Amino acid sequence: MADTALSVRGLCKSFGALPVAQDINIDLALGSRVGLIGPNGAGKTTLVNLLTGTLAADAGSILLNGDAIDGLTPEARVRRGLARTHQINTLLNESTVRDNVAIAIAERDRIAWRLLRFRQDWRRCLEEAQARLHELGIAHAAERTVAELPYGEQRLLEIAIALSLRPSVLLLDEPAAGVPSLEAHVIHDALDRLSADIAVLMIEHDMDLVFRFAREIVVLVQGRVLTRGAPADIAADPQVRAVYLGRRAA
Amino acid sequence: MLDVTILLDGLAYGMVLFIISVGLTVTMGLMRIVNLAHGAFAMIGGYFATMLLGAGLPFFAAALLAAVAVGIVGAAVELTIYRPLYRKGELAQALMTFGLTFVVIAALTTVFGTGIKPLPIPPALNGVIDIGFRTYPTYRLFLVAVGLVLALLLWLLIDRTSFGARLRAAVDNPRMARAVGIDVNLLFTVTFAGGCALAAFGSVIGAALLPLEPYYALRYLVLFLVIVGVGGIGNFKGSFVAAILLGIIDTGGKFLLPQASAYLFYGAVIILLLLCPHGLLPAKSAA
Amino acid sequence: MSVPLATKGLAAATPSFQIANAWHVVPWALALVFYFTAGGYLSLGTHVLIMILFTLSLDLALGVAGIITLGHAAFFGFGAYAAGILAARLSNDPLLGLAVATLLTGLFGALVGMLILHTAGVTLMMLTLAISALLAEFANQAHWLTGGDDGLQVGRMAPLFGLFRFDLWGHTAYLYALAVLFLWSLAAWRIMRSPFGRSLDGIRQNPRRMRAIGTPVWRRLVVAYGLSAAMAGTAGALEAQTTRAVGLGALGVLASGTVLVMLILGGTRRTYGAFVGATVYVVVQDVAAQIDPFRWMFVVGILLVAVVLFLENGLMGLPEAARRVLRGSRSRSGGR
Repeated sequence: MADTALSVRGLCKSFGALPVAQDINIDLALGSRVGLIGPNGAGKTTLVNLLTGTLAADAGSILLNGDAIDGLTPEARVRRGLARTHQINTLLNESTVRDNVAIAIAERDRIAWRLLRFRQDWRRCLEEAQARLHELGIAHAAERTVAELPYGEQRLLEIAIALSLRPSVLLLDEPAAGVPSLEAHVIHDALDRLSADIAVLMIEHDMDLVFRFAREIVVLVQGRVLTRGAPADIAADPQVRAVYLGRRAA
Repeated sequence: MLDVTILLDGLAYGMVLFIISVGLTVTMGLMRIVNLAHGAFAMIGGYFATMLLGAGLPFFAAALLAAVAVGIVGAAVELTIYRPLYRKGELAQALMTFGLTFVVIAALTTVFGTGIKPLPIPPALNGVIDIGFRTYPTYRLFLVAVGLVLALLLWLLIDRTSFGARLRAAVDNPRMARAVGIDVNLLFTVTFAGGCALAAFGSVIGAALLPLEPYYALRYLVLFLVIVGVGGIGNFKGSFVAAILLGIIDTGGKFLLPQASAYLFYGAVIILLLLCPHGLLPAKSAA
Repeated sequence: MSVPLATKGLAAATPSFQIANAWHVVPWALALVFYFTAGGYLSLGTHVLIMILFTLSLDLALGVAGIITLGHAAFFGFGAYAAGILAARLSNDPLLGLAVATLLTGLFGALVGMLILHTAGVTLMMLTLAISALLAEFANQAHWLTGGDDGLQVGRMAPLFGLFRFDLWGHTAYLYALAVLFLWSLAAWRIMRSPFGRSLDGIRQNPRRMRAIGTPVWRRLVVAYGLSAAMAGTAGALEAQTTRAVGLGALGVLASGTVLVMLILGGTRRTYGAFVGATVYVVVQDVAAQIDPFRWMFVVGILLVAVVLFLENGLMGLPEAARRVLRGSRSRSGGR
């Protein structure tokens, strides 16, 4: 499967007696848009942490662009093309918005080790960072520090940093979380503009966003994949309704 | 019979360390503040007790009074200069409390001089007791007994009283604890005062093992921090186990390899910290 | 779209690491003026220069990379003893001794770093304390090597470059230290301003974010720690070579505390923070030299407490703090 960006088989993880991931199988083709939904505590963020390597899986395999990444550190997986955003903004608060992106670009291009002759390369990083900020509509804030930024723009910065890593797989952890509904459309628009080469897996609770964005939806309940399918089918699925509304399936 | 001596001596030493350090692990776990001045509070208690003993007070009265006095001082200090520290981060806390330690050392040496300050044990504890197969110094057995009793009392306090329940709740989740009406600020002050009082008490009764001298607060600070680190920050049972373990290792080292005892001790510490950066026993709750 | 290269320095919130170039001349010119006018105070001046170097090394590890270390004197002492032992046993050529001591301390620092930099926070703090205590214990016991409690007496160093003798009044020593400080300062500033330095700053601010962009955090911290150790080692070696004595005090907890005070006093991540902090501290300490060591601890302690509570960015942050206070009072008096 040459164009399967991410392939997960039989992923399992337990904390003691508590299973948080049970036999999870997922495929993400290049350019796919997959929404991951499920009630609170279903294990969605845990799954993302297992994929990024922040958590070590007990069993199962993860293939990124055909290569096994199971034993790799989170940093190594990023270098192979797996990027994520965080549910809670994880930014360099003292640095400027542009520097946040530039540092990521410097890391990507392996300039971050340089101690000599770095001026030109750093300038290129800054320029590319500015362009990236422009793409996401926050170029006006380039020289402000993150601490001064409104929450919604910080969320956009999270996305900007992840995109600047030029990933083949992008994991978005509730990108619109905490953003006031009046500002949320900015995030929605930014996600619409994501490149067609990237495979995107998005965790979200905002159902409008999920149904607008995703072409396939995976429903996770208590660490297990309950069902998956096209948005319309998932919306009509009585099992899914029951899980969210608590009624017995018809 | 050397092993028994090591075991009992180590146990006694560990008990003293536990009594002094338990306050530190609870406050570090509760208030999440790096408090490098804990040794200084213990030191104040010890020196104060020497003054009381000099004035004619009996040993236990001096120990208790010193504990209470230091508890009050601790509460006052917490309410004034520790409060702004909570939101300042680990480095600022480490630096300020480090500075506080220096101030305390300087103040105490100005008043009490720079030599070792002896704290005489009461004659009742000065002899030896026959424990069956050999005799053993009463004082050390006394320390073991006091340590066990205090550990038991503290465990009951933390595990079985409503105060303890509130304490545990506040350690687990301060925000939630406030939301359900627990007065976390009062809890902080009371716990901090209690920790300082215990430290002072431990310093007085353990003065024969940890002699009072100008650098007391710094010299033993490493020990206290290590016990907290190895046992797990905020982990009461962990600090008990760590104190006993490290007490025995240190004593064993001093007996078996007197030249290399410091290496053995610090080496063990480094290994323990590297193997279990979150403490020996599993944490009771999510941080 | 053109982008200004000189963005707001290492961390936009604190003033930049770049001072307008002309002003750079001032501190170094002052140092030279001091050389000619100091008279009997020249050796004190040398000590100040050495302490500046030591403090600068801590700024790299702690100020930039965020490695909270309470045992940095271990590297100062390691360098001092290395240089002293080298001079006594192998060669009393100062530059050779300096180079070897620096290299050895850097290696030692990297090894220690590899061991302990997987941890963070309080655990890391305690590990730095423990390592420092171990080293101090070794220095205390290895009488045959270090002189133990009595310390090490270092014979007079050979003339610098074969030409400049180390005279009794400390002329050569001062310029020697000044030159070494200058070179290391250039290196340190370069490191801190480079992409490498920026990534260290990022690690200090948010290691999780840096991991999420693929930074090999541990590896980078080890390199930073090793460089910082090397710098501290050079300072120690200079001390050994210029004062011709090395004692256990170089390694102890008081020394580690002192360098922390000097750094915090001057302000972290400021181009001349280490310079200001170390100078002020050493000068004030000398002026108060009559006071016994314990009264001195009192002053240091109060300084630490006061700076943490009131002067968050050290002395170099005074102008901003003053501006903030003025702005605050103006708005209060001018409003409504």
